[in-house]
Amino acid sequence: MFDQLDAILLARIQFAFTVSFHFIFPAFSIGLASYLAVLEGLWLKTGKSIYLDLFKYWVKIFAIAFAMGVVSGIVMSYQFGTNWSVFSDVAGPVIGPLMAYEVLTAFFLEAGFLGVMLFGMERVGRKLHFAATLMVAIGTFISAFWILSVNSWMHTPSGFEMGANGQYLPGDSWLEIIFNPSFPYRLVHTVLAAYLTTAFVVGGVGAWHLLKDRANRHARKMFSMAMWMAALVVPVQIFAGDMHGLNTLEYQPQKVMAMEGHYDSYPDGAPLYLFGIPNDEEQKLEYAFGIPKLSSLILKHDPDAPLAGLDTIPDDEQPPVAIVFWSFRIMVGLGFAMLGVGLWSLVARMRKRLYDWTWLHRAALVMAPSGFVAVIAGWITTEVGRQPYVIYNLMRTADAVSPLDAPAVATSLLAFVVVYFAVFGAGVWYILHLMHKPPHALETGVKQGDTGPIRTAGITPGPTQDPIDQMDQAVVDIKRKEER
Amino acid sequence: MDLTVIWAFIIAFAVFAYVVMDGFDLGIGILFPTFDVGLERDRAMNSIAPVWDGNETWLVLGGGGLFAAFPLAYAVVLPATYPLIIAMLLGLVFRGVAFEYRWRDPSHRRFWDAAFTGGSLVAAMAQGMTLGALLQGIEVVDRNYAGSWFDWLTPYTLLTGIGTVVGYALLGATWLVWKLDGEGQAHARNLGIRAAWATLVLMGAVSLYNVFLNAEYAARWMTAPEIYFAAPVPIITAVIAISLLRTLKAERHSKPFWLSIALFFFGMAGLGVTMWPYVVPPGITIWDAAAPERSQIFMLVGVAITMPLIIAYTAWAYWVFRGKVGHEGYH
Repeated sequence: MFDQLDAILLARIQFAFTVSFHFIFPAFSIGLASYLAVLEGLWLKTGKSIYLDLFKYWVKIFAIAFAMGVVSGIVMSYQFGTNWSVFSDVAGPVIGPLMAYEVLTAFFLEAGFLGVMLFGMERVGRKLHFAATLMVAIGTFISAFWILSVNSWMHTPSGFEMGANGQYLPGDSWLEIIFNPSFPYRLVHTVLAAYLTTAFVVGGVGAWHLLKDRANRHARKMFSMAMWMAALVVPVQIFAGDMHGLNTLEYQPQKVMAMEGHYDSYPDGAPLYLFGIPNDEEQKLEYAFGIPKLSSLILKHDPDAPLAGLDTIPDDEQPPVAIVFWSFRIMVGLGFAMLGVGLWSLVARMRKRLYDWTWLHRAALVMAPSGFVAVIAGWITTEVGRQPYVIYNLMRTADAVSPLDAPAVATSLLAFVVVYFAVFGAGVWYILHLMHKPPHALETGVKQGDTGPIRTAGITPGPTQDPIDQMDQAVVDIKRKEER
Repeated sequence: MDLTVIWAFIIAFAVFAYVVMDGFDLGIGILFPTFDVGLERDRAMNSIAPVWDGNETWLVLGGGGLFAAFPLAYAVVLPATYPLIIAMLLGLVFRGVAFEYRWRDPSHRRFWDAAFTGGSLVAAMAQGMTLGALLQGIEVVDRNYAGSWFDWLTPYTLLTGIGTVVGYALLGATWLVWKLDGEGQAHARNLGIRAAWATLVLMGAVSLYNVFLNAEYAARWMTAPEIYFAAPVPIITAVIAISLLRTLKAERHSKPFWLSIALFFFGMAGLGVTMWPYVVPPGITIWDAAAPERSQIFMLVGVAITMPLIIAYTAWAYWVFRGKVGHEGYH
């Protein structure tokens, strides 16, 4: 019925599924935590209630996204052992400590201060509350730091030695392991991606409300802030992506060959293929359409520079080209679409029509989920591109898997698929529901009982541990104090 | 003392912290259906809403720490208890999102309340059964799990699973005795007394079963000189149990909770005596599974610096939300 190969494939699908689903949430919450810290900081600095309103608006969404990130993240911390036990055993001495540092320096920080951030405003006061928000934001970044270090080590392993029992053991310097060659590039590229993902969600929500009511000043503020991010950070991200690509070319050339669709070597300048259908069996890019010499110009900064192709790589060491080729094009295409929106917003801003050009708002609305798609496409590019290895050039994915039978892996995969779509589908629905409501101004936001679905049980006006109510209460208290 | 032993104690501490801290969260989930819909449930939920996430993080430290400090144990135990681990993780998914979802969607609140209870129950049962599967021994050949698919499902593991569910219920009930007042508190007190008795019976049953399960475990408890170290554990446990029942009946507020934690502490100390020095009985000792010294030292530096800070700000977060859960959030 099933053979060993199926068990490996199922384990790979399971990891890809659980990690892709998981990454959607941190990609959003890393950026959103920082955005919330900025909003609260601006509120404290300027005293303008619009920033607090926006903070309250987004913190409810953050709470749901963060909860989904936490529960799907715990799954990840056990996936290594359940499905990749051989890998865990041999790589544990090197990457285990980095993951332990992630727990110690990031997860506890986020989780410890999250309660105060969501529920503690009236209990600790403004400044301590701001400190808690900052700690959550910093925690999300530290978490990205460690887990991307682990991931990068698997791409560009360094600073280790082989043990007699087959384990990878740490060498003299942990810095060599942590700051392995691809890590700085991956960290910058991924964290910027998370910021942009959030910026386009915020921009899309702002645009949605501007389309309904151009005068909504809360929508204007969030749209404007998001478009600044798009205009300023997208160019930086494209540059960072290019640097990351050059780093990949140096350390993982066959990944770049697959991204480019270069089955053949090009001794005097390689073309940049815009389109083509990769055919791994024939080792040929069919229906190819490209711009001559542009690939060499981008990758080597010289149009005539030679570039080796997959014909220099044995067949059993090649990644599956089609997936890498297409996911890379989706990511890059979205990146340039984001750049377009950012530049468009700059033009609109210069002409003082940022809140009037409905086609810009429609474009921003369409682009709202673009960050998520780009981030997932980018991860598929880099992760599929290093196949067939789990630790690049050292350990094959097929040798890393747990001694599990296919039916067990298939059953758990099915359970994950059903539960994730149901539970996270509901969560996304709740988030969309919150986004659908226009951002309230202070006066209307504090009225008890008009917040609809957020209220507690229908008949009894019960206490809630609900963020918005807590925040509203805090605002009322603070306003009262100020009035005195 | 060598580093491996230090690490065994650090992991044991993380597991203990998880068991008592998420234990009362999960216990409240298990007891949730017995509370009235509306105010009582809201208050029970509110008493843990600000802290559950931090509590659950100890599970990640336990798992991540095991991966880092004893990678072989991590690589053997998780495949051996695969269905239990998956069930636990999925249970925790339902439990965790229920905290947010139930406020967002009153028309489906009953569903999310049921998910809160179901998730807590499944997670607690799976954790207890994993412990049982570990204690009854895991077959290992050539650094890999070599047992069959359902080794983890035995009368013994069912017993440890039910014991854990009941023990968590005790922690949850005594936490609510502390954090609630009025009728909710009286209800929690009543549940606490019943859960205390059930916990004591099941602790006794598991202890006896351990003695018959494995000759080596029996020798640990029955022969000199080990018996001098081992004997005080059941005696102290009995003293704590009596005080627990008395404080529950004597209208005390926070004491039953602390005594329940003490009960868990000595229960776990008993397990430690039983297992030592194996991390995966019957074949893998902590030294067999230990990460190399460089990994241990590197992480120990991290623990030494961060752990006092973690304990400090966690304590602060609890302090911020101190006192009874009022009728208008916290007061």
